[in-house]
Amino acid sequence: MAFNYDKYLRLEKMPTLWCWGCGDGVILKSFIRAVDKLGIKQDDMCVVSGIGCSGRFSSYVDFNTVHTTHGRTVAYATGIKLANPDKYVVCVAGDGDALAIGGNHTIHGCRRNIDITMIIINNFIYGLTNSQTSPTTPKGMWTVSQKAGNIDPTFDTCELAIASGASFVARESVTSPKKLEKVLVQAMQHKGFALVEALSNCHINLGRKNKMNSAMANLDWIDSITVSKKKYDTLSPEEQLNLLPTGILKQDTEADEYCDMYAEIRKVHQGERAKITQDDFEKKI
Amino acid sequence: MATREVISTGNELSALAAVDAGCKFFGGYPLTPSSEVMHVISDLLPKVGGTAIQMEDEIAGICCVIGAAMSGVRALTATSGPGVSLKAENLGLAQMAEVPLVLVNVMRGGPSTGLPTRVSQGDIKQASNPSHGDYRSITLCAGNLAECYTETVRAFNLADRFMQPVIVLLDETIGHMHGKAELPTVEEVEAGIVPRKTFDGPADEYFPYECEATEPAVLNPMFEGYRYHYTGLHHDKNGFPTEEIETCRKLIQRLEDKVMAHQDEIESNEEFMCDDLTGEEGEVLIIAYGSVSLAAKEAIRHLRANGIKAGLFRPITLWPSPATRIKEMTDKIKNVLVVELNIRQYTEEIERASGRLDLEGLYKVNGRAISPHEIVTKVKEVF
Repeated sequence: MAFNYDKYLRLEKMPTLWCWGCGDGVILKSFIRAVDKLGIKQDDMCVVSGIGCSGRFSSYVDFNTVHTTHGRTVAYATGIKLANPDKYVVCVAGDGDALAIGGNHTIHGCRRNIDITMIIINNFIYGLTNSQTSPTTPKGMWTVSQKAGNIDPTFDTCELAIASGASFVARESVTSPKKLEKVLVQAMQHKGFALVEALSNCHINLGRKNKMNSAMANLDWIDSITVSKKKYDTLSPEEQLNLLPTGILKQDTEADEYCDMYAEIRKVHQGERAKITQDDFEKKI
Repeated sequence: MATREVISTGNELSALAAVDAGCKFFGGYPLTPSSEVMHVISDLLPKVGGTAIQMEDEIAGICCVIGAAMSGVRALTATSGPGVSLKAENLGLAQMAEVPLVLVNVMRGGPSTGLPTRVSQGDIKQASNPSHGDYRSITLCAGNLAECYTETVRAFNLADRFMQPVIVLLDETIGHMHGKAELPTVEEVEAGIVPRKTFDGPADEYFPYECEATEPAVLNPMFEGYRYHYTGLHHDKNGFPTEEIETCRKLIQRLEDKVMAHQDEIESNEEFMCDDLTGEEGEVLIIAYGSVSLAAKEAIRHLRANGIKAGLFRPITLWPSPATRIKEMTDKIKNVLVVELNIRQYTEEIERASGRLDLEGLYKVNGRAISPHEIVTKVKEVF
């Protein structure tokens, strides 16, 4: 029987503002199936999004939802999670959101290893604002802010997350929705900062000017630059160049999680202060 | 009123006040001269089951506080002018989405990096509109050590009442001043806590942003069965983005009116030695706030000893300004001297409220406090 998404969707908000053929819908559905598979109650989850096409993700799903300012998803989510350590907190951000304006929060979320799942929807371009260069736009591609071709070097999202200390890092693309669902299940199960890069198409604002005039052409290009980690590891460094490995790239279940560490601090000090006394201050001064 | 005596500093008292007022979350970033707030509260919060976190930057500091506050807990951040500049955009989101929180700003010299360890009152205008767009800030300004405590407590109650950020202004002098403060007891503070309103009917009848034209949104805590949406965009009664003309107009008008219609709940002033001012020739009204008011009070004692009838009007709630009371006072008394550690930042508001352009001013922007002697000299010089 076909999966029924209705329970998790805010149907009155349909249709989405995403363009026809946009991969964001595939990610939304994969995410919903993953939540359903884990049996997470809708009241027990908070979805936090930023600004951009991906920013609208949170308004379409029926959880506790927060649409924040540009780039700040992880910072908002950190407050929500620390105040509610037993709840699921998921960030959804685009490549510009998570890696340009919000790059600092992304790397520090990874470093703290706080138990948040972050989905970075990477469509290699600023889509909502019409084709400006993002930190993942491949070199040479046309953008409206670099019409002669992008000269900016690109970030490798997953390498950045691994280097920053995220304990779970995975990459999949919208061309493999089943695999995407599977890594999202594992990411949400994982205790610690779990970053999933979901490669998506933007045939309207990336493809149109870069010889990928349809969703299919854009998706074919994504397939041409991705290869499973298993296969990637067998390739020579020259062959690996310009290819992005997919699948789980890092999974460390031993790393200390931030909320757990803070709970230890609380345990040590809990009840020490029933009422503040002058002694407390004299100790400090 | 039962009281207790504590010997401490302004910054520490404001951290203590937050914890006593039920604050359970602090997020911030080190910034002179406010850092002691973070130092003290990071000791205290784990002891009461709360959380304090030092974030990667000022922006993250306010964002995590908004996140925690959205989920339903009382939350605090502390910083100084440069930090408020960085936090401005997200303060705007908290205004728009109606998220209650308290921001303590310990003012230092500006603009820019300015004079990090020196006193100033240069953030008065910034406090009235830190972010773009239309909304009404609530800004309280502590004028002595005890008020660093009591105004922080009041800020938490006002934030939950009006569902928006409340700024508490300290300045470097008062933040680092060390002395005895007479405080209300914890029991009294706890008894005075007014938690935010919540809706307890069926979830399908809950519309968080559907409220009276002069009332704040009713935002239930997260994870309790009432799922709705927070956004910085113009939004409808459920919190979802909309561009519907009338909904947009009503929302922004309500952000203005929910504060301005209830100014009586927010306004707080001190009138020091004003009782015998009758409007006779030669009387002097000094208007000052924050640490400057301490020097002004001393100056007034000197002036009176020298036969000059002087009094102090001290706004404690700076924004929205006590415009009506300012008008009454300045209508009555001809000689008005405004003393500020900035150049005319609040004077312009007093001019607006009083309709007078002949106010005298004493302004100091070199990072040093104003002494009573300087105020006395100025009064004798200009009146």
